[in-house]
Amino acid sequence: MDHLAGYVFIGAAMFVLGVFTMVTRRNAIYVLMGAELILNAAALNFVAFARHLGNRLDGQMFAIFIVILAAAEAAVALGIVLQIHHHFPSIDVSKPDRLGD
Amino acid sequence: MDFFDDGTPGWYALAILLLPLAGFCFNAFTYRTEFTRKRGHIVPLLTIGTALFCALSIFKHSVIDYDADHAGGHGTHAAAAHGAPADGSADEHASGGADGEHGAARAAGSLADPRWRWSSKDHGGSYRLIDTGALRLDAGIAIDHLTATMLVVVTLVAFLVHLYSTSYMHGDKRYSRFFAFLQLFSFSMLGLILTDNLLLLFCFWELVGLCSYFLIGFWFENEDPPKASMKAFMTNRFGDAGFLVGILLVYRMFGTTDLSEIYSKMQAVAEGSAAVPSLFGWETGTLLTVAGLCLFMGPMAKSAQVPMHIWLPDAMAGPTPVSALIHAATMVAAGVYMVGRIYFFFTPDCLAFIAGIGTVTALLAATIGLVHNNIKKVLAYSTCSQLGYMMLSLGVGGYSAGLFHLYTHAFFKACLFLGAGSVIHSVHTEDMREMGGLKEKMPVTYRTMLIATLALAGVPFFSGAFSKEMIVEHALVWGFGANVAKLLPALIAIGGGGLTFFYMMRLINLTFFGQPRDHHKFDHAHESPPAMTIPLLVLAFLSLFSVGWPIPLFGGKKLPELLAPPPALASIALGHDEHHGHAGFALAFAVLVISCAVLWVGYVLYKRTYKERRPGPEVWVARFGGLYTTVTNLYYFDEFYRATVVRLGNATARVLAIVDSKVLDAAVNGVGAVGQLVGKAFALFDRLVVDGLVNLWWHLSHAISKKLRRIQTGNLQDYLAFAVGGMALVTLLFLFLA
Repeated sequence: MDHLAGYVFIGAAMFVLGVFTMVTRRNAIYVLMGAELILNAAALNFVAFARHLGNRLDGQMFAIFIVILAAAEAAVALGIVLQIHHHFPSIDVSKPDRLGD
Repeated sequence: MDFFDDGTPGWYALAILLLPLAGFCFNAFTYRTEFTRKRGHIVPLLTIGTALFCALSIFKHSVIDYDADHAGGHGTHAAAAHGAPADGSADEHASGGADGEHGAARAAGSLADPRWRWSSKDHGGSYRLIDTGALRLDAGIAIDHLTATMLVVVTLVAFLVHLYSTSYMHGDKRYSRFFAFLQLFSFSMLGLILTDNLLLLFCFWELVGLCSYFLIGFWFENEDPPKASMKAFMTNRFGDAGFLVGILLVYRMFGTTDLSEIYSKMQAVAEGSAAVPSLFGWETGTLLTVAGLCLFMGPMAKSAQVPMHIWLPDAMAGPTPVSALIHAATMVAAGVYMVGRIYFFFTPDCLAFIAGIGTVTALLAATIGLVHNNIKKVLAYSTCSQLGYMMLSLGVGGYSAGLFHLYTHAFFKACLFLGAGSVIHSVHTEDMREMGGLKEKMPVTYRTMLIATLALAGVPFFSGAFSKEMIVEHALVWGFGANVAKLLPALIAIGGGGLTFFYMMRLINLTFFGQPRDHHKFDHAHESPPAMTIPLLVLAFLSLFSVGWPIPLFGGKKLPELLAPPPALASIALGHDEHHGHAGFALAFAVLVISCAVLWVGYVLYKRTYKERRPGPEVWVARFGGLYTTVTNLYYFDEFYRATVVRLGNATARVLAIVDSKVLDAAVNGVGAVGQLVGKAFALFDRLVVDGLVNLWWHLSHAISKKLRRIQTGNLQDYLAFAVGGMALVTLLFLFLA
């Protein structure tokens, strides 16, 4: 007997919190952390559904990939943040808006 | 093709026609070369000389030899050969100088029975000029006695004038052009004689008019020649318009312009086997008379008959050889020739009109000749007067007499003009008041001109006497027994002889006799070179002997007998077959005596006036002041035309100009304005609707994008929010729609 609904509920909560963090926080580091939350919510869903649909390792494989991807993403994103900081002496994500109207 | 089967005439006729044209082309196309510029006379002299030879050959072949071969019963042979009933009537024509033959019989050697002919209509139309089905124009050459004799006269005078011009025009800057025009004229004139079709005759008729225009205005740098050439051209247009209408009437009546076809159709009418097609509901007589009068309009202008004579004296502005060739011997005589050509077509009313016009011309022109001081203009009026004689003669039924006078006149008048040219060449003036006493200095010119003068006046034993007496006889026969008015032509023809003698002796007197009136000019005077005197001698010889003399030189016939009149078909058709009877020996003798008496009177008057001066010419002028002024002002013809025709023309032109500027231009402008209006409407539509739609799109997209661009904030978090919001929206949609 598993507790799929509980896992899915936690995953959804993590996703919403991640999105909320990314949208509201000005600090680039916080935005990255929001992204991490979303990724982990997805990974949690994978594992939960894999466990729910039988003892196969597909979900766990995806979760591991996501962790690796998140590491790579964090490296690239931090590089971008460094460049932003270099360009604007701040890591406030509302500052770089030159692509706007 | 039997064009040349008959031996000489085909080739020769073609050569006569085409050689002068070739000469013209040669001079016209090589005028830049040194040869043509300096020696432009050589090729023309060769071509016209060859044409003269060909003309003589044709004359010998078609007239002398033919008549000699068929002397036994030639009318029979000729008529039988053409499938017509033999009647031998041609012999009757040869019975006397003043023949009054009016039978419907065919005359040998005439239009109906030419000595030789070729026409494209005998060849299934292979050589037809125009063939539209409805209208057919056949090219054809017909050689009868009239043609053959005319060919000789024209080529001979043309050749002599070519020869004369080599000297007269020597050193002129347009030397070769002069010869080119002479050649073109010779071509046109010979074509006019050779053709057997009225329409082609008209074409050549226009061509000679054109050449006349070119040659009168040859020295176009001067003031007078261009005006004179324009005057000649315009006057002739008047006549030619009538001529053309006449041709159209004939075509409408008979459906052809072929002369021999018209002849045979008229003959059918005369015999009663066919009727003249009715036109406009007119009677036959009216129709024929109107057509005849229209046709006569052409000769009236071309042969300078009153009231269209005004151009001929002015035409003397051209070079003198041209005056001799075109305005004395050949072109102006073409009118007489043409009347002779269609003689059978004229009704008695027409002929009476022709006689009347001829009479008036003969008298008026002779009186002007009495008082003019310009040597060439006296000769020009004399030409007018003599052409009047010819028309008079044709009008009164003296067919052979009129044409005979054409030939004799061609020679002595050409001689007079060339003589006058010789004098002008020598003293460099045309005013006789500046001449005088040239007799010793220019013996050849003097003698030849005197011979020609005597021939012109009709002194017995000179060529003019024979033709003039025939004319007078015919006029008398015509006038006898009728009312007095019909005798007028005869009386004026007799009296005109005296006038002619008077004015010609006056000319000779002023030019050659007495004391020189301008010593400077007299001292420079000299006899002309042989190139000018040889033509004079030849022409003087021809005025003395040959053509005029009543010797049966031509195949046992005298010259006038060759020109047997065609039957007066129109008169017969109208039932007016008048037999005027023959002029007997007694009448001929009486005419001779009366003519001599009149000449004597003319001579005595001249002698008393100019030699003995009792009284001198001044007294006469004083006594008849009013008349003199009238005559010296040429009877105010020019003034009359200026006040009527010219003014009418100018007024018409002005009215038309107003119509042009007010009506036609207004119409054009109106169309333009309407077009502009329509264009404006379209422009409005374009601007409002088409541009409006395009602009509407622009405004719309502009407004929308103006709103939409706001969401492009550039802020990372905004985009994220939109993405998430959009995803939520899509998810919700799926949830609700599913």
